Amino acid sequence: MLDYLRFREDDTPDVSAVTVDAFLDQTNAAAVRIEPGDDARQLLPHLEQLRLVEVNFPSFGDGRGYSSARILREAGYQGELRAVGDVAVDQLSHYRRCGFDSFFPDVPFNPEDAQAALDRWPYVYQAAADARAPIWKLRHGDQG
Amino acid sequence: MYKYDSYDQAMVDARVEEFRDQTRRRLDGTLSEEKFRPLRLQNGLYLQLHAYMLRVAVPYGTLNSAQMHVLADIADKYDRGYGHFTTRQNIQYNWIKLEDTPDILADLAKVEMHAIQTSGNCIRNISSDQFAGATADELIDPRPYAELLRQWSSFHPEFLTLPRKFKIAVIASQTDRAAMKLHDIGIRIVKNAEGEIGAAFYVGGGMGRTPMIAPLIREFVPLDQLITYSEACLRVYNRYGRRDNKYKARIKILVHELGADEYKRQVEEEFAHLLTLNIEPPIAELERIKAHFADPAFEAGASDALDLSDPDFALWVERNTLPHKQAGYTIANISLKPVGGIPGDASAGQIHLMAELAKTYSFDELRVTHAQNIVLPHVRKADLYTLWQKLDAAGLGTANLDTIEDIIACPGLDYCSLANARSIPVAQKIAQRFADNGQTGTLGELKLKISGCINACGHHHAGHIGILGVDKKGTENYQLLLGGSEGDDTSLGKITGPGFDEDGIVDAVEKATKVYLAQKQEGERFLDTYRRIGMDPFKEAIYA
Amino acid sequence: MKILTGNDLKTGEVTWWTGQDWSIHVNDAVDVGDQADTILAREEAARRVNSSYAIDAERDADGGVRPGHIKDRIRALGPTVRPDLTLKPADPEAGNWVI
Repeated sequence: MLDYLRFREDDTPDVSAVTVDAFLDQTNAAAVRIEPGDDARQLLPHLEQLRLVEVNFPSFGDGRGYSSARILREAGYQGELRAVGDVAVDQLSHYRRCGFDSFFPDVPFNPEDAQAALDRWPYVYQAAADARAPIWKLRHGDQG
Repeated sequence: MYKYDSYDQAMVDARVEEFRDQTRRRLDGTLSEEKFRPLRLQNGLYLQLHAYMLRVAVPYGTLNSAQMHVLADIADKYDRGYGHFTTRQNIQYNWIKLEDTPDILADLAKVEMHAIQTSGNCIRNISSDQFAGATADELIDPRPYAELLRQWSSFHPEFLTLPRKFKIAVIASQTDRAAMKLHDIGIRIVKNAEGEIGAAFYVGGGMGRTPMIAPLIREFVPLDQLITYSEACLRVYNRYGRRDNKYKARIKILVHELGADEYKRQVEEEFAHLLTLNIEPPIAELERIKAHFADPAFEAGASDALDLSDPDFALWVERNTLPHKQAGYTIANISLKPVGGIPGDASAGQIHLMAELAKTYSFDELRVTHAQNIVLPHVRKADLYTLWQKLDAAGLGTANLDTIEDIIACPGLDYCSLANARSIPVAQKIAQRFADNGQTGTLGELKLKISGCINACGHHHAGHIGILGVDKKGTENYQLLLGGSEGDDTSLGKITGPGFDEDGIVDAVEKATKVYLAQKQEGERFLDTYRRIGMDPFKEAIYA
Repeated sequence: MKILTGNDLKTGEVTWWTGQDWSIHVNDAVDVGDQADTILAREEAARRVNSSYAIDAERDADGGVRPGHIKDRIRALGPTVRPDLTLKPADPEAGNWVI
């Protein structure tokens, strides 16, 4: 079973995450943990110093973490973006599309289910935080 | 109509395989019901009172005959020989087995259909004007915009676990036939002062337990920013919509609590940011989609003459057909509201027949309406009598569109696990009462809508006459509402007072119609009279 | 009496706990006393039933079982507006039992 899944070449940063409030008070931390109610944009002035951002999903049905992830990637965050908590294996490719590149689920993934979910979609309809070209780009190239 | 290319087909096929895999894991115990439930819901599969129920998407209500035939085949092969057309322009089946569902989805995929996002806390099937592309009063066909939004919203990675469900309607005519302002987002395609086409966004409408009419959030979004603006609307909702209380989680509550101006400000800020990211499909994509919705090959100079010597046919023409933009053609409405029938239900045989008739007489096109009827959008007037005879012979020729017999009713407690009271028997008794007393025609346009619970799937808030079923200490009870409307003059009905039992509500409806007939002035519909004279005279008569 | 009901996981059919198994006939339902939670946990785990729950019911004059709430009576019978699809298709008055 997979209790940690990672899509990065670099070493896992040896840092522990602090809350957003603690991070904003004590701005030398290199890792922060975003809860669903936190505003990811508060971190934007400090992205340079962050090596790890954990986004917590206390329940897989609370999708705020997907927006938090995209907002960080849209602002140019390059460090590790880790989904933790009740991370749903069936949504793996959607987490990836929103910019997550590591996963630390409460309940370890079955490796076959994880691989199937990652390989599920031959194409994507939208532009998101990953490098996949949306179907409309495949249809039209760079025109328009 | 829209035709899949290899990309669209591959996505739908992948979805079938995904659900096949998820179903296998549920049946072998890998997935608990708690984890499986949201996955099956995003494929339209509910567990209802008697069995699983499958809701199949009919994007913007448009179908061809091959698709309609497959819907009939599914009814025969996997269900009990019938389907139910819904107020979201979809079709649902009431007796589905979980173990069959992946095969049903595979059958649907073969004719470019699916059940993707027909339930769950995600962007649902996009609805539209059932007369799109046929009616004379539209600016432009709204369906290409709906299709663009369909593709954007399908498997959108950020918006699959929203606070609550999310419904979008797109129209492009002056007359709103899609209850646009009662959607989470209502879009009206408009022309600005410079003559450019764009979209007006109404955000935060809805029915349910807290009905609200959507305020206008932006008058004009240019067409090359439509997806980006929609994304901004959704992101603000995903981040800030309430998740502490499922009954306050719809976007209407967010817009209401923030105020429309503050919601708009937040959307504009997000929109300005998203514009820098180039997430908008090129106009060439919209043009590609538009080409699929080109007019069929109408016969030039087709005759407008109709032989109305058969009085039954003449009545059907008067009530069930509407002007077409093309001379010599008409829009034919098939009522799924035969007196004593179940609103929106059609047998497999009837579905096959409607498919054949669409192929022969309507350029292979059908529409599903939010009033749970079917439309043949492009019928040559020269063919109309033959068409009507074939419909009538199959029990599909009822002449009652937009009358008090044309009742919208949710499945209610006969089928639905959320319902508090039955809706269908009430609809049947009311239709029978007015068919018997001969007042259906005299009453003219009268929209009666019944919901079996506060979730308002039967649109009771928006009925000229609305009925809401409630549970009164374990027995069914019905509240009466008056004055709702879902059209251009959208308004929410008001409750008359204490509720009634099943027979009592039928009597109360009849009393309300008598007040109207006694008080109406020249040219007034029931709704107009109610608006002029107010609730009191109705209340006096109903509770006398 | 306390009886147990749910839906068959594979087919979705409405079922009632008979003491040994699940039956589609409400009259087969048995009083489970205070054992509801134990039985339901075991049967859900074994995937013999889905979305199960316990309800109050009464035994009527001719020995049949009558669920306390109309919703479960409709589940026991079938849709009242389609008598042909209920468990009593030959009885046009069967729908009156749910009221």
